[in-house]
Amino acid sequence: MKHNNWNGFKAGVWQDEINVRDFIQQNYKEYCGDDQFLAKATARTEGLNKKLQSLFALERQFGGVLDIDTATVSSLTSYSPGYIDKENEIIVGIQTNRPLKRGVNPFGGMRMVRQACEAYGYKLGRKVEEEFKFRTTHNDGVFRAYTDEMRQARKCHVITGLPDAYGRGRIIGDYRRVALYGVDKLIEEKKKDKKELADGTFNTEMIRLDEELFQQIAFLGYMKEMAAMYGFDISQPAGNAREAIQWTYFAYLAAIKEQNGAAMSLGRVSTFFDIYIERDIANGILTEEGAQELFDDFVMKLRVARHLRTPEYNELFGGDPMWITEAVGGMGEDGRTLVTKSSYRVLNTLYTLGSSPEPNLTVLWSNSLPENFKKFCAKVSKDTDSIQYENDDIMRPIYGDDYAIACCVSAMKVGKQMQFFGARCNLAKLLLIAINGGFDTTSGIHIGPQMPVMDGEKLDYDEVMKRFEIYISWLSNLYVNTMNIIHYMHDKYAYEKTQMALHDTKVGRFMAFGIAGLSVVADSLSAIKFAKVKPIMNENGFIVDFDTQGDFPKYGNDDDRVDLIAKDMAHRMITELRKTPAYRNAEHTLSVLTITSNVMYGKNTGATPDGRKASAPFAPGANPMHNREENGALASLNSVAKISYDDCRDGVSNTFSITPDALGRSDDERVTNLVSILDGYFAKKAHHINVNVLNRETLMKAYEDPEAYPNLTIRVSGYAVNFNKLSREQQREVISRTFHEAM
Amino acid sequence: MTGRVHSIQSLGALDGPGIRFVVFMQGCPLRCGCCHNPDTWDFSGGTKYAPQDIISKAVRYKEYFGAEGGITVSGGEPLCQPEFVRELFELCHGEGINTCLDTSGYILNDSIKELLKVTDRVLLDIKYTDSEQYKNHVGCELEKVIDFLGYLNSQKIPVTLRQVIIPTLNDDEESILKLKEIKNKYTCIDKTELLAFKKICQVKYDKMGIEFPFADIPSPDKETMTRLEKLLFN
Repeated sequence: MKHNNWNGFKAGVWQDEINVRDFIQQNYKEYCGDDQFLAKATARTEGLNKKLQSLFALERQFGGVLDIDTATVSSLTSYSPGYIDKENEIIVGIQTNRPLKRGVNPFGGMRMVRQACEAYGYKLGRKVEEEFKFRTTHNDGVFRAYTDEMRQARKCHVITGLPDAYGRGRIIGDYRRVALYGVDKLIEEKKKDKKELADGTFNTEMIRLDEELFQQIAFLGYMKEMAAMYGFDISQPAGNAREAIQWTYFAYLAAIKEQNGAAMSLGRVSTFFDIYIERDIANGILTEEGAQELFDDFVMKLRVARHLRTPEYNELFGGDPMWITEAVGGMGEDGRTLVTKSSYRVLNTLYTLGSSPEPNLTVLWSNSLPENFKKFCAKVSKDTDSIQYENDDIMRPIYGDDYAIACCVSAMKVGKQMQFFGARCNLAKLLLIAINGGFDTTSGIHIGPQMPVMDGEKLDYDEVMKRFEIYISWLSNLYVNTMNIIHYMHDKYAYEKTQMALHDTKVGRFMAFGIAGLSVVADSLSAIKFAKVKPIMNENGFIVDFDTQGDFPKYGNDDDRVDLIAKDMAHRMITELRKTPAYRNAEHTLSVLTITSNVMYGKNTGATPDGRKASAPFAPGANPMHNREENGALASLNSVAKISYDDCRDGVSNTFSITPDALGRSDDERVTNLVSILDGYFAKKAHHINVNVLNRETLMKAYEDPEAYPNLTIRVSGYAVNFNKLSREQQREVISRTFHEAM
Repeated sequence: MTGRVHSIQSLGALDGPGIRFVVFMQGCPLRCGCCHNPDTWDFSGGTKYAPQDIISKAVRYKEYFGAEGGITVSGGEPLCQPEFVRELFELCHGEGINTCLDTSGYILNDSIKELLKVTDRVLLDIKYTDSEQYKNHVGCELEKVIDFLGYLNSQKIPVTLRQVIIPTLNDDEESILKLKEIKNKYTCIDKTELLAFKKICQVKYDKMGIEFPFADIPSPDKETMTRLEKLLFN
């Protein structure tokens, strides 16, 4: 196939099949130089950004939600076109008819939508209520099928944050396909796939796929309609850089109008855009300033993206995040770097527009990245605290060189793999339930196998482990079954039509499980093994506290005696989970990631043998517990690096905060030292790190006087947040974390 | 052989080039008024380690060292345990780890000369450039330090010259110009750093129940530091 809009591009198999990777490989130009070429924000960008900043201020004054359209169900064409400033926008399209006005999306569940409206002083429109009286939502479906035990597990918070009342998210459409091929070609290919199904046997799976293809084709059509409302015809391939970005954005916009998934990630678009930008620059129709403007305008659109959430949801996922994750950099399979000038441009938006949590800029770090790019990233981290890093050298061998990150740390091949998101279970609580023989003291619920409480003067390590294994096995089975119901129902009642239309029809599926409280469990087991832990009973004969005498090795000090306990726990968990087959033959994966839910998980968990008090927060993700690190930052990083990515293919999240003074004496030194830290950490086969270079005092000041720090951005577990959008409790927890300081 | 070690810091970004694994030795004969580690003075304190114990920890951080980083032995006064440090540095060289010695340079004897043979860089904390002040606030002779520096120069061991800037004591022009003279005289000095006097160590003094002699001296402000650096480097 040939197309005029492809003139100047190198030919390849990408012309004959849907293959964005091949297009990139044939056409991209790697860049190993420094950041000197970058342009500053234009007056237009600054004007538009100013307008945006005042909208954000207004949103804050309104308690976090500026406006809700309670009468319209969000979909691709249900709102008239909206603009931030029509005259001055280069890239157009917003979710509803006005910026920051949130739509309602009841397909996940009505209760969440109702509660969210009420929390901000609105009432869900009568028309929507009426309409959904006769519809089954994802939430309805799940609760029809949940067993009593599943409900109990949910109620006592041993499994929490499950996507059973809202969109599951964590699916990345290959939005680039719309720009490269135009929608018509994508529809044509899907129709072909549907025809091919007719030759097979129509079993359940085939019938489901057949209907899904019908929906995918329909929604590609709606996507064209949506673009047409803004005056664009996206049926054909994009003809220049501006169109390529606009087409890609329309595809993403369609996805977030249709779905309110927890994480709605973008993928890996910068280097793809770079090919169009280079062509335009070579043709003399675009300047560097113009190229930066395109990125700036695109990123401003991403910064106004919003979903309507309930306060309970915010407790789990604080800061109103969308996880518009963009994977930047990385290496190609042929040894060339995938860093282009546009990798710099997208990071440069943190300067042209100021620091911000969204999009969730994620650098795919490789030891082989160009030194200049490494330094630039370190500089951006030091200046903005807005980016995270993930290990390309351990992911590339598994996912190739065209994968992206969904949410925080979930890798998948773009357009070829998706995941069923499964939140996480509370491993620390499970340990307490096991010791108590199937009783959760915080909720008063009997759950799991029923056995005698482990009493006596001293908990015996081997006995505790034997007991714990039984409960891990029980919970794993329950957890997989619960997830199977959730995703069956999500496919049935809230299927991602737009996003899945931008995947291959034969798609690889992961089912992503998670654990919270890993460091609490590791330290608790270490205490039982190396110190003397005496259980303390309440009047009903259940263990509610522990008297721990003597010292014990603590996770975070590069001490194998305890670090290997943590590593082993992750291994046991995934091994047990794999024993129960997952829905649609999905591959089981595991993450050690909490988002901000470490606070909530802690709140619902009793005292633990490591000395953590009842209700005290857990450490986030795979982080060691706060202030238990005695040998400095690298020892802590080494501990986390021991958790195996082979066990935790859905990611191991670590958040690292260091004061500028501890990182070096000059700016140059700080940059070089941060590069060394990242190189070292990833050479240890670690998976992920959030980097904050800041002083605790800054956070304390922002805690006292939020208005003085409207844009203070910090990295938390797997994403970045505007500090002021966290709850007071979450803010206090962030402040209490270990900051590596100068001695 | 064992040495007395006060503590280990896996991430040192301030004591020597690049990322450093820093070993703080226990025991120091000096009593500098500005000392921020009074807990390292006592020669009978600390934990006993064999050089092999330390190296087996240090090698776990090799990946972070990059082109410039390595190990730094600080203190306390590392020159008080020269055999231990020498053996440790020899092991480091066996592992390809760069070695750095953070010292006052107040002692020089044969075993220290042996240690310096396996030392890739010395961070020399000169404290004061005036003999009188050195005597008053450190308790010994500046001349010994100058002799030490002369020896380093003769052995062509790269030196980072450091001085803590303490307002009212050594933040005057004359003092900086003297430092400049030294910096220019010894070709082994390829880097000079002025460090701002800080008082976060007050808690350590309080905990130990001893008086922090410079408790009433303020930290120098940024402007002073920039002005003095200008004077030193221009």
